[in-house]
Amino acid sequence: MGQKEMIAMLLAGGEGKRLGVLTRDLAKPAVYFGGKYRIIDFTLSNCAHSGIDTVGVLTQYQPLDLNRYLGIGSPWGLDRRDGGMTILPPFVKQKGGVWYKGTANAIYQNMSFIERYNPEYVLVISGDHIYKMDYELMLQHHKHTGADVTIAGIEVDWKEAGRFGVMHIDDEDRITAFEEKPKNPTSNIASMGVYIFTWSELQKYLIYDEGNRASSHDFGKDIIPSMMKDGKELYSYPFKGYWKDVGTIESLWEANMDLLADDPPLDLSDSSWRIYSVSPNQPAQRIGAQAEISSSLVTEGCMLEGSVNRSVLFYGVHTAKNSYITESVVMPNVRIGEGARIYRAIIGEGAVIQAGVTIGGPEDDAITVIAVDQFVTSDHLLQEVEHS
Amino acid sequence: MKHKMLGVINLIHEPDKLERLTQGRCLATVPFGARYRLIDFVLSSMVNSGISNVAVFAHTKYRSLMDHLGSGKHWDLQHRQGGLFVLPPATDDIQDFNRGDLFHFYQHRDYFYRSAQEFVVITRSHMVCNIDFEKVIQHHLEREADITVVCKRQEDLLTGKARRVKLNEDGRIVAIQDHFGRLESDINSMEMYVMRKELLMEIVETSLAQGQDHLVRHAILSRLDKLKVHGYMYEGYLGVVNTLASYYRNSMKLLNPQVWKELFFQPGPIFTKVKDEPPARYLDGSRAVNSLIANGCRIEGTVINSILFRGVHIQKGAVVSNSIIMQNGIIGLNSIVQHSILDKDVRVEGNRDIRGADSSPFLAGKRKII
Repeated sequence: MGQKEMIAMLLAGGEGKRLGVLTRDLAKPAVYFGGKYRIIDFTLSNCAHSGIDTVGVLTQYQPLDLNRYLGIGSPWGLDRRDGGMTILPPFVKQKGGVWYKGTANAIYQNMSFIERYNPEYVLVISGDHIYKMDYELMLQHHKHTGADVTIAGIEVDWKEAGRFGVMHIDDEDRITAFEEKPKNPTSNIASMGVYIFTWSELQKYLIYDEGNRASSHDFGKDIIPSMMKDGKELYSYPFKGYWKDVGTIESLWEANMDLLADDPPLDLSDSSWRIYSVSPNQPAQRIGAQAEISSSLVTEGCMLEGSVNRSVLFYGVHTAKNSYITESVVMPNVRIGEGARIYRAIIGEGAVIQAGVTIGGPEDDAITVIAVDQFVTSDHLLQEVEHS
Repeated sequence: MKHKMLGVINLIHEPDKLERLTQGRCLATVPFGARYRLIDFVLSSMVNSGISNVAVFAHTKYRSLMDHLGSGKHWDLQHRQGGLFVLPPATDDIQDFNRGDLFHFYQHRDYFYRSAQEFVVITRSHMVCNIDFEKVIQHHLEREADITVVCKRQEDLLTGKARRVKLNEDGRIVAIQDHFGRLESDINSMEMYVMRKELLMEIVETSLAQGQDHLVRHAILSRLDKLKVHGYMYEGYLGVVNTLASYYRNSMKLLNPQVWKELFFQPGPIFTKVKDEPPARYLDGSRAVNSLIANGCRIEGTVINSILFRGVHIQKGAVVSNSIIMQNGIIGLNSIVQHSILDKDVRVEGNRDIRGADSSPFLAGKRKII
């Protein structure tokens, strides 16, 4: 097996607790986004467009759907003879198996996978962000600065900064201070959770960190601070463009709504940077005689008879006459009954909204989430559709 | 379980009277139904019926065919045992191109001999349907037929042309006639033939020895009394697409929701080459009524009773009605397009007025700028 200059390790084990019912049976990277995608499609497509042909996907929480979705990586061009996609779940070793204790520990447990390719650099990314980024440019930056680690950074709103790892940088992009989720942030340059490590350095720190009982085995909390403390070369790669952490209901909803702008900050139709996904093999959408659709994204396999405004509809959604959907995200194969009215909601895959039901209201700012396969009747009795 | 049937999609001398739509491509790859090519329907039907070894006998203008089918992976036909075989004419002599399908089957006889399957289903590409071949072979075995022909009872073929068939009360075919014949029958042949592979090989060799090289016209028609040729009645939706008028009328038929459900979902899904287009975007002020719209479209204007393929852009103020706009077409600001068929990559500039008639739609060839 040839040596690879850089391979990617994609952290896809996130439980996504803050997405509530949407991640009840689903790993966060497998959550639907943008009409036909899953969140993980964005990072995998970035790899494909950045010329990365070897990706280890680290899974842990609810991996069934995610594994089925990823298959052998064909949609992202990762079905390669040499390299390609490898799914890396926690496994049992001679001394007994353990779950991944943290992001760094997940990589530590798969060091032998990385060693097979003997790369010079390792890209560590996560499957829960929406963005388009050329990792090749970041690698050039990493080589140019001679860094031990390069962390992609983006300027965020000051009031959001406390949710992220924030960095202070000098004129040459050198990181002078790093704080993980500070209460009172003193910088608004957030770590995007995208790291390029020089492998020989990362290897040392992973081994050291594993032996440290006080460590939580996390990149942001442990590995980066200890490299900082040792005076290693830490640089930031300034990223300009759209990047969104869709870890909460609000941010997931907002990121979907962002796609509806006349000139959206994230352009899905850019033919030089297609977002690849598994094709659901659905026919073209059928727009009925009484349908009215505006400012929306609608996907193949939809059959629409009602009104849709400022919403994102995934494949196979059927809406009946006189129904009305606004500012909502409707996931695959949802059925919307006659006269139903839906305001600001995220409707989970396969849910059925019966005729006449109203969800949310024109004056209501809160986002309603309807769980996967839920059956919503007009007297608001929520029952689950039984799996047959 | 290993499947007992081999699929053959026979494009040899398939009539392609679709004017400019078939100028640079064979009939099998004419775009149809907002995101498909004609061949996708029969190919998907085969795959959904469990057939895992399919040969496409290409004849002419097959660049688009090779491009579309690729390795067969979009139809799940890329595997170690069987898969997809595209077989263009294997001959040095240009005269041989004009010879019939039996000659070309003979040239590729190794393909038949090497395949383990016992039965073969031979089809064309222009019969738009969604059919379970498992039922056809069941019927074939139950009737102990030598050859089973898939038939459809349908009076109005929307100007599509098909051979007509007459059955006796046992379901045995007593007559088959070309579309211009006088046979009084509302039963049409779907040009799908199931038989044992051995019988096919025998027919190929004996017919060629007698100087006959057409499967239906020579071999089957002359054996109706000797062989047990039975009809299997297909109940699903059928569109016979082999003229420009039938192309247009069958396309418009897809706007019927019942047809949409039946053709695209029952009994199985229709597969095609994946393009990774984003969802369709409807902008503020757009209007779409009774239309089929594929992914990647951007709609700012009005679309009525029309079919838009992937990546079509309808600009502000434009009004498209009763039309078919193929992949990546652009309809400019305030233009009107009525009763038209625009091939791939056609660009209609701003303020144009293009009107065909229902009985004779306006047709623009690939990459034309209007």
